Amino acid sequence: MFDLTGKRALVTGASGGIGGAIAKALHDAGATVALSGTREEPLKALAGELGERAHVVPCNLSDPEAVDALPKAAADAMGGLDILVNNAGITRDQIFMRMSDEDWQSVIDVNLTATMRLCRAVMRPMMKARWGRIVNISSIVGATGNAGQVNYAASKAGMVGMTKSIAAEVATRGITANCVAPGFIATAMTDKLTDDQKQKIDAQIPAGRMGTPEEIAAAVLYLSSPEAAYVTGATLHVNGGMAML
Amino acid sequence: MSDVADRVKKIVVEHLGVEEDKVTESASFIDDLGADSLDTVELVMAFEEEFGIEIPDDAAETIQTFGDAVKFISEAS
Repeated sequence: MFDLTGKRALVTGASGGIGGAIAKALHDAGATVALSGTREEPLKALAGELGERAHVVPCNLSDPEAVDALPKAAADAMGGLDILVNNAGITRDQIFMRMSDEDWQSVIDVNLTATMRLCRAVMRPMMKARWGRIVNISSIVGATGNAGQVNYAASKAGMVGMTKSIAAEVATRGITANCVAPGFIATAMTDKLTDDQKQKIDAQIPAGRMGTPEEIAAAVLYLSSPEAAYVTGATLHVNGGMAML
Repeated sequence: MSDVADRVKKIVVEHLGVEEDKVTESASFIDDLGADSLDTVELVMAFEEEFGIEIPDDAAETIQTFGDAVKFISEAS
Protein backbone atom coordinates (compact mmCIF):
# COMPACT_ATOMS: atom_id res chain seq x y z
CA MET A 1 0.00 0.00 0.00
CA PHE A 2 1.00 3.60 -0.70
CA ASP A 3 4.11 2.76 -2.70
CA LEU A 4 5.48 5.90 -4.36
CA THR A 5 8.56 4.32 -5.94
CA GLY A 6 9.46 6.22 -9.10
CA LYS A 7 7.19 9.18 -8.27
CA ARG A 8 8.64 12.66 -7.93
CA ALA A 9 7.20 15.09 -5.41
CA LEU A 10 7.67 18.79 -4.82
CA VAL A 11 6.91 19.90 -1.26
CA THR A 12 6.80 23.60 -0.41
CA GLY A 13 7.45 24.81 3.11
CA ALA A 14 9.62 21.75 3.66
CA SER A 15 11.74 23.59 6.21
CA GLY A 16 8.83 23.68 8.64
CA GLY A 17 7.61 20.97 10.99
CA ILE A 18 4.66 19.79 8.91
CA GLY A 19 6.39 20.20 5.54
CA GLY A 20 9.43 18.30 6.74
CA ALA A 21 7.25 15.44 7.98
CA ILE A 22 5.39 15.36 4.66
CA ALA A 23 8.64 15.21 2.69
CA LYS A 24 9.90 12.43 4.93
CA ALA A 25 6.71 10.38 4.60
CA LEU A 26 6.70 10.63 0.80
CA HIS A 27 10.40 9.83 0.70
CA ASP A 28 9.96 6.85 3.02
CA ALA A 29 7.28 5.56 0.61
CA GLY A 30 9.86 5.58 -2.18
CA ALA A 31 9.31 8.97 -3.81
CA THR A 32 12.05 11.30 -4.96
CA VAL A 33 11.45 14.64 -3.24
CA ALA A 34 12.26 18.26 -4.01
CA LEU A 35 12.35 20.28 -0.81
CA SER A 36 11.38 23.90 -1.16
CA GLY A 37 11.36 26.73 1.33
CA THR A 38 12.83 30.15 1.91
CA ARG A 39 15.51 29.03 4.36
CA GLU A 40 18.10 26.92 2.63
CA GLU A 41 19.96 25.61 5.69
CA PRO A 42 17.14 23.51 7.20
CA LEU A 43 16.31 22.21 3.72
CA LYS A 44 19.88 21.06 3.26
CA ALA A 45 19.85 19.46 6.69
CA LEU A 46 16.66 17.58 5.85
CA ALA A 47 18.01 16.50 2.46
CA GLY A 48 21.13 15.23 4.21
CA GLU A 49 19.01 13.29 6.66
CA LEU A 50 16.93 11.73 3.87
CA GLY A 51 19.99 10.82 1.80
CA GLU A 52 19.39 9.74 -1.78
CA ARG A 53 16.38 10.92 -3.77
CA ALA A 54 16.27 14.32 -2.02
CA HIS A 55 16.86 17.66 -3.72
CA VAL A 56 16.87 21.21 -2.39
CA VAL A 57 15.07 23.87 -4.46
CA PRO A 58 14.86 27.10 -2.42
CA CYS A 59 12.09 29.53 -3.31
CA ASN A 60 10.58 32.67 -1.85
CA LEU A 61 6.89 32.27 -2.61
CA SER A 62 6.21 35.98 -2.21
CA ASP A 63 8.30 36.55 -5.35
CA PRO A 64 6.13 35.73 -8.43
CA GLU A 65 9.13 35.13 -10.67
CA ALA A 66 10.62 32.70 -8.20
CA VAL A 67 7.27 30.90 -7.99
CA ASP A 68 7.13 30.52 -11.75
CA ALA A 69 10.67 29.13 -11.83
CA LEU A 70 10.13 26.62 -9.03
CA PRO A 71 8.26 23.78 -10.82
CA LYS A 72 10.84 23.73 -13.59
CA ALA A 73 13.74 23.74 -11.14
CA ALA A 74 12.13 20.85 -9.27
CA ALA A 75 11.35 18.91 -12.45
CA ASP A 76 14.89 19.45 -13.73
CA ALA A 77 16.37 18.20 -10.46
CA MET A 78 14.12 15.13 -10.29
CA GLY A 79 13.59 14.37 -13.98
CA GLY A 80 9.88 15.15 -13.78
CA LEU A 81 7.11 15.98 -11.36
CA ASP A 82 4.19 13.76 -10.40
CA ILE A 83 3.12 15.05 -6.99
CA LEU A 84 2.77 18.65 -5.81
CA VAL A 85 2.25 19.40 -2.13
CA ASN A 86 1.49 23.06 -1.44
CA ASN A 87 2.27 23.23 2.23
CA ALA A 88 3.98 26.61 2.58
CA GLY A 89 1.96 29.28 4.27
CA ILE A 90 2.32 32.41 6.31
CA THR A 91 0.24 34.20 8.91
CA ARG A 92 -0.14 37.91 9.59
CA ASP A 93 -2.65 37.78 12.41
CA GLN A 94 -4.44 40.93 13.41
CA ILE A 95 -7.95 41.81 14.49
CA PHE A 96 -9.95 42.64 11.43
CA MET A 97 -10.52 46.31 12.24
CA ARG A 98 -6.77 46.84 12.34
CA MET A 99 -5.85 44.62 9.42
CA SER A 100 -3.89 46.53 6.80
CA ASP A 101 -4.13 45.92 3.07
CA GLU A 102 -0.53 44.70 3.25
CA ASP A 103 -1.39 42.11 5.92
CA TRP A 104 -4.22 40.90 3.73
CA GLN A 105 -2.33 40.92 0.46
CA SER A 106 0.84 39.22 1.62
CA VAL A 107 -1.11 36.28 3.08
CA ILE A 108 -3.30 35.94 -0.01
CA ASP A 109 -0.23 36.20 -2.26
CA VAL A 110 1.75 33.45 -0.58
CA ASN A 111 -0.99 31.10 0.59
CA LEU A 112 -3.42 31.32 -2.29
CA THR A 113 -1.85 32.94 -5.35
CA ALA A 114 1.47 31.12 -5.16
CA THR A 115 -0.44 27.86 -4.66
CA MET A 116 -2.54 28.61 -7.74
CA ARG A 117 0.55 29.40 -9.81
CA LEU A 118 2.28 26.20 -8.79
CA CYS A 119 -0.83 24.14 -9.53
CA ARG A 120 -1.13 25.77 -12.94
CA ALA A 121 2.51 25.12 -13.77
CA VAL A 122 2.31 21.39 -13.04
CA MET A 123 -0.84 20.85 -15.11
CA ARG A 124 1.00 20.42 -18.38
CA PRO A 125 3.38 17.62 -17.32
CA MET A 126 0.64 15.89 -15.32
CA MET A 127 -1.83 16.06 -18.25
CA LYS A 128 0.78 14.55 -20.55
CA ALA A 129 1.59 11.83 -18.07
CA ARG A 130 -2.10 11.12 -17.44
CA TRP A 131 -1.20 10.94 -13.77
CA GLY A 132 -0.79 13.56 -11.10
CA ARG A 133 -1.47 14.33 -7.48
CA ILE A 134 -1.99 17.77 -6.03
CA VAL A 135 -2.35 18.06 -2.28
CA ASN A 136 -2.96 21.53 -0.89
CA ILE A 137 -2.56 22.07 2.81
CA SER A 138 -5.52 24.13 3.95
CA SER A 139 -6.51 24.60 7.58
CA ILE A 140 -9.35 23.99 9.97
CA VAL A 141 -9.83 27.76 10.11
CA GLY A 142 -10.62 27.80 6.40
CA ALA A 143 -13.80 25.96 7.33
CA THR A 144 -14.55 27.37 10.78
CA GLY A 145 -13.06 30.87 10.65
CA ASN A 146 -10.98 32.25 13.49
CA ALA A 147 -10.84 35.61 15.20
CA GLY A 148 -7.69 37.48 14.23
CA GLN A 149 -7.16 35.41 11.09
CA VAL A 150 -9.46 36.98 8.50
CA ASN A 151 -6.69 36.97 5.89
CA TYR A 152 -5.39 33.49 6.71
CA ALA A 153 -8.86 31.92 6.92
CA ALA A 154 -9.82 33.52 3.59
CA SER A 155 -6.69 32.17 1.94
CA LYS A 156 -7.27 28.67 3.30
CA ALA A 157 -10.97 28.65 2.35
CA GLY A 158 -10.05 29.98 -1.08
CA MET A 159 -7.67 27.10 -1.46
CA VAL A 160 -10.52 24.63 -0.93
CA GLY A 161 -12.70 26.17 -3.65
CA MET A 162 -9.76 26.41 -6.00
CA THR A 163 -8.76 22.79 -5.41
CA LYS A 164 -12.29 21.52 -6.05
CA SER A 165 -12.44 23.44 -9.33
CA ILE A 166 -9.08 22.10 -10.48
CA ALA A 167 -10.20 18.61 -9.50
CA ALA A 168 -13.33 18.92 -11.64
CA GLU A 169 -11.37 20.11 -14.66
CA VAL A 170 -8.73 17.41 -14.77
CA ALA A 171 -10.41 14.37 -13.25
CA THR A 172 -10.61 12.67 -16.65
CA ARG A 173 -6.85 12.90 -17.00
CA GLY A 174 -5.87 10.82 -14.02
CA ILE A 175 -5.03 13.87 -11.94
CA THR A 176 -6.49 14.35 -8.48
CA ALA A 177 -6.50 17.52 -6.42
CA ASN A 178 -7.36 17.44 -2.73
CA CYS A 179 -6.86 19.40 0.46
CA VAL A 180 -5.69 18.34 3.88
CA ALA A 181 -6.98 20.61 6.63
CA PRO A 182 -4.95 20.32 9.82
CA GLY A 183 -6.28 21.39 13.19
CA PHE A 184 -3.86 22.27 15.99
CA ILE A 185 -0.55 20.58 15.26
CA ALA A 186 2.42 20.55 17.64
CA THR A 187 5.30 22.30 15.87
CA ALA A 188 8.04 24.77 16.76
CA MET A 189 5.34 27.43 16.61
CA THR A 190 3.15 25.83 19.26
CA ASP A 191 6.17 24.96 21.45
CA LYS A 192 6.30 28.64 22.31
CA LEU A 193 2.87 28.53 23.94
CA THR A 194 2.67 28.42 27.73
CA ASP A 195 1.40 25.28 29.48
CA ASP A 196 -1.74 27.20 30.38
CA GLN A 197 -2.34 28.11 26.73
CA LYS A 198 -1.69 24.54 25.65
CA GLN A 199 -4.19 23.20 28.21
CA LYS A 200 -6.84 25.57 26.92
CA ILE A 201 -6.23 24.39 23.38
CA ASP A 202 -6.30 20.73 24.36
CA ALA A 203 -9.62 21.27 26.11
CA GLN A 204 -11.20 22.29 22.80
CA ILE A 205 -10.07 19.10 21.07
CA PRO A 206 -12.11 15.93 21.60
CA ALA A 207 -8.93 13.86 21.19
CA GLY A 208 -7.53 15.88 24.13
CA ARG A 209 -4.22 16.65 22.50
CA MET A 210 -2.63 18.44 19.57
CA GLY A 211 -1.87 16.49 16.43
CA THR A 212 1.61 15.63 15.23
CA PRO A 213 3.20 16.61 11.91
CA GLU A 214 3.42 12.89 11.11
CA GLU A 215 -0.37 12.61 11.36
CA ILE A 216 -0.72 15.31 8.70
CA ALA A 217 1.96 13.65 6.60
CA ALA A 218 0.07 10.35 6.68
CA ALA A 219 -3.00 12.04 5.19
CA VAL A 220 -0.86 13.62 2.46
CA LEU A 221 0.78 10.27 1.74
CA TYR A 222 -2.61 8.64 1.27
CA LEU A 223 -3.86 11.36 -1.09
CA SER A 224 -0.59 11.16 -3.07
CA SER A 225 -0.81 7.41 -3.50
CA PRO A 226 -2.13 5.34 -6.42
CA GLU A 227 -4.73 3.95 -3.98
CA ALA A 228 -6.39 7.38 -3.70
CA ALA A 229 -7.07 7.61 -7.44
CA TYR A 230 -10.83 7.89 -6.86
CA VAL A 231 -10.57 10.60 -4.20
CA THR A 232 -10.60 14.06 -5.73
CA GLY A 233 -11.89 17.47 -4.73
CA ALA A 234 -11.99 16.28 -1.14
CA THR A 235 -10.83 17.99 2.02
CA LEU A 236 -9.45 15.57 4.55
CA HIS A 237 -9.79 17.08 8.02
CA VAL A 238 -7.13 15.96 10.46
CA ASN A 239 -8.01 17.72 13.68
CA GLY A 240 -8.69 15.29 16.51
CA GLY A 241 -12.40 15.97 16.22
CA MET A 242 -12.06 19.69 16.87
CA ALA A 243 -14.40 20.37 13.96
CA MET A 244 -16.40 17.50 12.55
CA LEU A 245 -16.97 18.44 8.94
CA MET B 1 -2.24 17.33 -48.80
CA SER B 2 0.72 19.05 -47.27
CA ASP B 3 3.05 17.39 -44.83
CA VAL B 4 1.87 19.72 -42.06
CA ALA B 5 -1.73 18.74 -42.64
CA ASP B 6 -0.84 15.05 -42.49
CA ARG B 7 0.99 15.43 -39.24
CA VAL B 8 -1.78 17.55 -37.71
CA LYS B 9 -4.39 15.05 -38.83
CA LYS B 10 -2.46 12.17 -37.28
CA ILE B 11 -2.38 13.98 -33.93
CA VAL B 12 -6.09 14.80 -34.09
CA VAL B 13 -7.07 11.25 -35.03
CA GLU B 14 -4.95 9.76 -32.27
CA HIS B 15 -5.94 12.22 -29.60
CA LEU B 16 -9.66 12.42 -30.23
CA GLY B 17 -10.10 8.86 -31.47
CA VAL B 18 -12.05 9.93 -34.56
CA GLU B 19 -12.15 8.51 -38.09
CA GLU B 20 -9.64 10.08 -40.43
CA ASP B 21 -12.26 11.06 -43.01
CA LYS B 22 -14.12 13.11 -40.38
CA VAL B 23 -11.11 15.41 -40.05
CA THR B 24 -11.94 17.81 -42.86
CA GLU B 25 -10.75 21.34 -43.46
CA SER B 26 -13.79 22.90 -41.77
CA ALA B 27 -14.23 20.28 -39.03
CA SER B 28 -14.53 22.00 -35.67
CA PHE B 29 -12.66 20.20 -32.89
CA ILE B 30 -15.44 20.85 -30.40
CA ASP B 31 -18.60 20.84 -32.53
CA ASP B 32 -17.72 18.11 -35.03
CA LEU B 33 -14.98 15.99 -33.50
CA GLY B 34 -16.26 15.70 -29.95
CA ALA B 35 -13.42 17.51 -28.21
CA ASP B 36 -13.96 19.20 -24.86
CA SER B 37 -12.11 22.35 -23.84
CA LEU B 38 -9.39 20.32 -22.15
CA ASP B 39 -8.88 18.30 -25.34
CA THR B 40 -8.30 21.50 -27.29
CA VAL B 41 -5.60 22.53 -24.82
CA GLU B 42 -3.98 19.13 -25.16
CA LEU B 43 -4.14 19.29 -28.96
CA VAL B 44 -2.33 22.63 -28.87
CA MET B 45 0.28 21.11 -26.54
CA ALA B 46 0.71 18.21 -28.96
CA PHE B 47 1.04 20.58 -31.94
CA GLU B 48 3.66 22.60 -30.08
CA GLU B 49 5.66 19.49 -29.41
CA GLU B 50 5.33 17.99 -32.89
CA PHE B 51 6.32 21.17 -34.69
CA GLY B 52 8.67 22.71 -32.13
CA ILE B 53 6.70 25.95 -32.00
CA GLU B 54 5.02 27.95 -29.28
CA ILE B 55 1.35 28.74 -29.65
CA PRO B 56 0.35 31.60 -27.33
CA ASP B 57 -2.97 31.32 -25.50
CA ASP B 58 -4.65 34.08 -27.50
CA ALA B 59 -3.63 32.39 -30.75
CA ALA B 60 -4.70 28.99 -29.44
CA GLU B 61 -8.20 30.35 -28.92
CA THR B 62 -8.50 31.15 -32.61
CA ILE B 63 -7.71 27.57 -33.61
CA GLN B 64 -11.21 26.11 -33.78
CA THR B 65 -11.05 23.84 -36.81
CA PHE B 66 -8.61 21.43 -38.39
CA GLY B 67 -8.08 23.99 -41.15
CA ASP B 68 -7.31 26.72 -38.59
CA ALA B 69 -4.66 24.50 -37.01
CA VAL B 70 -2.97 23.66 -40.32
CA LYS B 71 -2.98 27.29 -41.38
CA PHE B 72 -1.58 28.55 -38.08
CA ILE B 73 1.15 25.92 -37.91
CA SER B 74 2.14 26.35 -41.58
CA GLU B 75 2.62 30.05 -40.97
CA ALA B 76 4.41 29.62 -37.65
CA SER B 77 6.86 26.88 -38.53
